[in-house]
Amino acid sequence: MKRISVRTNFILTTIFVIGSGFFLLFADNTFGDYWSRIITLIAIYAIMAVSYTLVNGVTGIFSLGHAGFIAVGAYTAALLTLPIQQKAMSFFIEPLIWPLNSIQIGFLPATIIGGIVAAFFAFIVGYPSLRLTGDYFAIATLAFGEIIRIVIQNSYSITNGALGLKGIPPYTTVWWSWGWLLVTIIVIGSLKFSSYGRALRALSEDTVAARAMGINVFKHQLTAFVVSGFFAGIGGALYAHWLTTIDPRPTSLGIMLTFYVLIMIVLGGLGSISGAVLGAIFFAIAAQWLRIVESPMNFFGITIPGIPGMSMLIFATVFILIMLFWRRGVMGKKELSWQYLYNLFLKKVGDQD
Amino acid sequence: MSASNLIQDLINGILLGGLYALIAVGYTMVYGILRLINFAHGDILMMGVYFAFYFISAFTMPWWLGFIVGIVGAGALGFMVERVAYRPLRNAPRISSLITAIGMSFFLESLAVVVFGGIPKSFNLYPKFFSRILIIGHTRIQVLTFFILGVTLLLMLALVWLLYKTKIGIAMRAISVDIPTTSLMGANVDNIISLTFIIGSMLAATSGIMWAMRYPQVQPYMGFVPGLKAFIAAVIGGIGSVPGALVGGFLLGMVEILIVGLFPNLAGYRDAFAYVILIVLLMFRPSGIFKVYSEQKV
Repeated sequence: MKRISVRTNFILTTIFVIGSGFFLLFADNTFGDYWSRIITLIAIYAIMAVSYTLVNGVTGIFSLGHAGFIAVGAYTAALLTLPIQQKAMSFFIEPLIWPLNSIQIGFLPATIIGGIVAAFFAFIVGYPSLRLTGDYFAIATLAFGEIIRIVIQNSYSITNGALGLKGIPPYTTVWWSWGWLLVTIIVIGSLKFSSYGRALRALSEDTVAARAMGINVFKHQLTAFVVSGFFAGIGGALYAHWLTTIDPRPTSLGIMLTFYVLIMIVLGGLGSISGAVLGAIFFAIAAQWLRIVESPMNFFGITIPGIPGMSMLIFATVFILIMLFWRRGVMGKKELSWQYLYNLFLKKVGDQD
Repeated sequence: MSASNLIQDLINGILLGGLYALIAVGYTMVYGILRLINFAHGDILMMGVYFAFYFISAFTMPWWLGFIVGIVGAGALGFMVERVAYRPLRNAPRISSLITAIGMSFFLESLAVVVFGGIPKSFNLYPKFFSRILIIGHTRIQVLTFFILGVTLLLMLALVWLLYKTKIGIAMRAISVDIPTTSLMGANVDNIISLTFIIGSMLAATSGIMWAMRYPQVQPYMGFVPGLKAFIAAVIGGIGSVPGALVGGFLLGMVEILIVGLFPNLAGYRDAFAYVILIVLLMFRPSGIFKVYSEQKV
């Protein structure tokens, strides 16, 4: 089999990244505001999905608390960038506590602080939960995620409680979101393919054997969990400045969001970074496309009323069908690399390894 | 807090606990056999309530018949869910069946939104005498309370009888210990698992209907939180143990009501208590009150 050299790989990847940049520039300027927003959303979803797949796919522990970290990032960043007058206006039940009510910082530091605070929460959640395994870990993280949501819903003097935050400046552009996606992929990608990542994959296959080989299971899993939490927070910060309004309902920054991200990574293949990105692209576009079935249609003169909730039903059905018949998803555990594409399209018959 | 308030809270706690316990039984039986957290359990409950609601209001059935039809419908739904979504994955990695269960929960919720609409509906389809209030001493108790308590106790006795006095019950308990050996003893494993799902779903639907009578409304997401709480109840009792699920349910219901009764300003955090209890329990005593034997195979 022909191996693609490291140098060719690097050149091709650079060309691909620059090419994608030009494509985004073109798309941002010509497709109109609506599609610009969708393209931005794709990258936000992709950041959430890639960070989620680091835990659920690569490490092989199954967390259900991802939305909690996204919410922490979203609230932290939004509280830091909200204009001071807006804060005074929104917090009419209880005023915002001291340092937060008088500061307003730029988008980039706010996003990074959002990520760091989310990573800190991931540490607090992960440290006790990672003693558990399998479905117990899943249910414990689900509980932690819900606790985070309930605390947000009840602390009126910090998060404005159930009223949520309004008027968040719409800073998230195509460039911010795709730029952060690039950072996310580089960091999590190099993590996955370092010796550290090999250890993670080893313990996802067989924890006991990996421990026998001298891998500190707890430390490795905790690091992965915290890194995942950091990028979930970044994703949340971008998401907040994309939505401009956030609130702690289960359907917005709660368990529903975890479901959505789970759909993306299951579709793309658990454990594959490129699969997670593909899943996010598919999910964001399909969600827009499926809005058709929810709005009234005129079909040969007969008006069919739209069915609210239909798109979610279709997603759920697809999700179950994938789990039943196509469990490896689009990419399985593989990555979309130049070698992969070469083998897929250019490999000649009889070309042996 | 005055004595009559305390009695009132205790009664409410027992009531809520009984409702949790009935749901928890389904979780614990399924987990005991398949080691699967059936996330869709709470949503089967919700579908059962909707079935009852529509059979009573659309087909003008008498309320008790509508309730029975709803419960049987939930049982059929539980059977189908197991058959379609869980059985093909029985030999797959456990995480796969867990993900499928989450998908199933999401599917049933979306299905309910599409078919029944997302707007909460008021559930007041039972005779008026249930809402009559009896005054005993200084405590005011609804007739409904006695009805729910009576039904809960009756079903629990029936369940214990089924599990410990009948052949089917012996088979169920045997399967939860060792599936291959039980099938060698001549029990049809597939049928017993189906039956477990049917019984669990019917109990959950009964609980759901009584839940809807007490907090009179029905909506597509009503099953999620009770489902999660009932799962926590099952963990408290020791997941896999039916008596554990019953005790855990009562304990959780009681603790929730009493904490809110004693510290009214924490009422907003009510749902968080159960989660905190769950996490603390998982850290320090994951086998629950009724220590359930579990081992990690290498």
